[in-house]
Order: sequence, then structure tokens, then C-alpha cells
Amino acid sequence: MATIKIRAKEKGGVTTVKALMTHSMESGLRKDKNGEKIPAHFIQEVVCEVNGKMVMNAHWSGGVSKNPYISFKFDGGKGETLKLTWTDNQGKSDSAEAAIS
Amino acid sequence: MNELRRLIIKGSVAAGTLGVAMGAGLLMPTQALAAWPKQAFGEKKMDQALTALLGSSDTTESADIKIKAPEIAENGAVVPVTVTADMAGVESITIAAPNNPSPLVASFDLADGAHGYASTRIKMGKSGDVVAIVKANGKLYTGKKNVKVTIGGCGG
Repeated sequence: MATIKIRAKEKGGVTTVKALMTHSMESGLRKDKNGEKIPAHFIQEVVCEVNGKMVMNAHWSGGVSKNPYISFKFDGGKGETLKLTWTDNQGKSDSAEAAIS
Repeated sequence: MNELRRLIIKGSVAAGTLGVAMGAGLLMPTQALAAWPKQAFGEKKMDQALTALLGSSDTTESADIKIKAPEIAENGAVVPVTVTADMAGVESITIAAPNNPSPLVASFDLADGAHGYASTRIKMGKSGDVVAIVKANGKLYTGKKNVKVTIGGCGG
């Protein structure tokens, strides 16, 4: 199941990446109806690679909003393939690839 | 002579256990490199969090850092934040909300060729500043913007 949506567009030599991930991003501070703490469950790391070369590596806390959005820019990239991978604090991960248009 | 001998023995024992741990897959070299900075994200104080993450809390305010965030956030659970750093040699952009239970929210390491730009959505427990810390050419620069939060987003 894909949990990542990526849009990558090159314009004037600069690629802008916008991505949306599906994740609950529980900070571990919230309580449920019974006053029990909801365990922390959030994405810790997001890595973006273009043709196997790392462009961006993000470290997150539970302070990032639910179903996280991320956007960043880098030089070049036209016609290349971009790979985005996330890993959460429970060891789960997912990745997706997108062609840069 | 005796002391030197002891040191060598001690050293080799330590190296031996490390080797065993690596062999058993406990210490994966790749993981050790890109480890999630647990301590920094757990810190309750801004300065300590920055020191844990970036090695220093010594920052200079810079007009080249622009933060785009709403003046008033109706929903503190989703506050869009965009940081633009118009300077050369940007290595990382860190976003923090000093009034949150743990101030450090997100940190973006940018490789060569990446622009000084990062955008995401963060949670804010209450009104306060959103602070961006930009590491460029080994130095730390900051910019901030005040956001009023009408409904807290950090639970409770």
C-alpha cells in the first residue's frame, strides 16, 4: 500500500519536490478517552535520493503534523528518478519513486 | 611497561566486544551513521536541544532567513511552516517551537545542490514563536515568527 504521494517538477534548472505521507504521527503525549496515553508512533526519518545520491535527509519528532507534508528544492534533476523513503519509530518503513518531470 | 601492557589488553578487550556486537548485527554501521538524534528531540529546553543536535546553541539572527507561517493558526495540530534561507552553503534547516513540550520539531539535512528551502506542517501546543535554525558554512543562524494558536495541537 502506497503511503507516499510525490510530485517533482523541474523548472529553470531547479527541481521542486512536494510529497504527502499517510501516517498517524502520534507524539506520545495524547491521551485517549480513558485517560491512557496513546503510544508514540511517528516518522523519524525521511530520505530523498536522486539516482542513488542523497539529496535531503530529514529527522522528525512527533511534533510534525499528522499525514506529513514535505517540500524542498534542489538543482537539476530533469528526467531523473527520485526515491523517497520514510522510517518510523516502530521500525516500519515505506518508499516510493517518481520521475521528475 | 606493566601499565602499557594493561592498556593494550584493555584496548583489545573493548575492541573485541565491539566486534562481537557488530557481528551479531547489533551495531549496523549504516544505522550508526544516520541515527535518529533521540536525545536532541527529547530535550525540554531549546538551548539544550540545539546543543544536542547541532553541537552549539550559539546562534546569530539573520535577515536572510524567512519563515512563512500563519499569524493566527486556528488549528495548532496543523501549522504550515516554510523556511527559506537566502545564503550560500546551507547545510541544514531545523524547525523548532520553543513552547512545545519538546521544542525540536524537524531537522532537514541538505546535500550539495539542495536549496536553502524546507516546508512542512508542524504541531504547536500554544501560541509562541516558530524558530528556524539554519546551519551554513559551519555557523548557526536563526529567524523566528510569532504564531497565535487558538486551539492547541499537542493533545491534553
